[in-house]
Amino acid sequence: MSEKSREFWRWREYRYTMPDMDWHDTKVVTAGVDIGSVGSKAVVMLDGELYSFAAMRTGGESEETAIKVMNWALEETELKTENVPYVVGTGYGRVNVPFAKRTITEIACHARGAHYIYGPTVRTVLDIGGQDCKAIRCDEKGKVMSFLMNDKCAAGTGRGLEVFADLIRVPIEELGKTSLDVEDEPPPVSNTCVIFAKAESLALLRQGLSREKVAAAYHLAMVNRIIDLLTRVGIEKDFVVTGGVAKNTGIVSRLERNLGIKPLEPKLDPILAGAMGAALFAKALYEKEIGLR
Amino acid sequence: MQAHYGYKDGSGDYFIIIDTDKCNGCGKCVNACPYGVLELIEDEFDIEGGLMAAVTEEQRKKIKYSCGPCKPVSGERRLPCVLACEPKAITHSW
Repeated sequence: MSEKSREFWRWREYRYTMPDMDWHDTKVVTAGVDIGSVGSKAVVMLDGELYSFAAMRTGGESEETAIKVMNWALEETELKTENVPYVVGTGYGRVNVPFAKRTITEIACHARGAHYIYGPTVRTVLDIGGQDCKAIRCDEKGKVMSFLMNDKCAAGTGRGLEVFADLIRVPIEELGKTSLDVEDEPPPVSNTCVIFAKAESLALLRQGLSREKVAAAYHLAMVNRIIDLLTRVGIEKDFVVTGGVAKNTGIVSRLERNLGIKPLEPKLDPILAGAMGAALFAKALYEKEIGLR
Repeated sequence: MQAHYGYKDGSGDYFIIIDTDKCNGCGKCVNACPYGVLELIEDEFDIEGGLMAAVTEEQRKKIKYSCGPCKPVSGERRLPCVLACEPKAITHSW
């Protein structure tokens, strides 16, 4: 593809199966499908342990995407969707998962998933998704104590970063690193709207600021907005970041710097937190259904 | 659980906060609200279920305007939803 038409916002879709696990000798196979506004994730669990997963972009057809992402997660496993007795759907498109037995709000799933990924010490979960930002406080069991979701505006979300990546022509995966390549932090751009933030960034570029500096200004604006939301629910250690934007070092390290709290390092891919939570709920619901507990 | 429904925009913070531990699912706030901001939903956070009050999906992005008529700029403020709630589970952030 020519440099001119390259899609800087496009992130890599991927799948993985744990190599040394076998579904033949497990009691409970469950799955969670998280149809987000930008990315769709499917996770298959064997007795509550992560077995295989897939992450891809959500297309216009949520139902089709749900089937596709589930099939992709199962691709190398010889399992079929109909072999998974309990699937829970979550995320924006949760009602569009045709094979899901039940839907659960993504807030409960993210808390549960973060609890699984990072351990029971997690108290504050910040999920920065494609089109919204959620701040969640939870207890030692992963139960939600307080939550706040901001989905009125794309500022402070992954989609905003995609737009920005395209503007300064830096691949989305390298955007965070680029934004950290500055000696001192420039003042932030406007943080209430992606369109305004983009326009301001463009103005800064025209003034001759380096793209690293403009990236820093944009990231800082996002972080300021996210911190505003976090302070409303309150921040308590341990603090973790989930969702696609958790992979952006520019956002995570600025959160750490401005909050004075270091987020825990993820053991597993943080983009999967919602789907993992859904798969864990599926396990609990299935065990209840067949009378295992 | 403290459920925050609403948003923050350039003009301020607009959140209706419902304490679901206090909410008994009676639905009096739903009837009290003259603008249909509230509804009763299934408690998805608890596998055991039960009903709880919430701001409707449709209203979550415009409560600044929907709640406006109940909030006089001067004089005593009497919010029908807050007054109707016996367990005092509802608060407004603005």
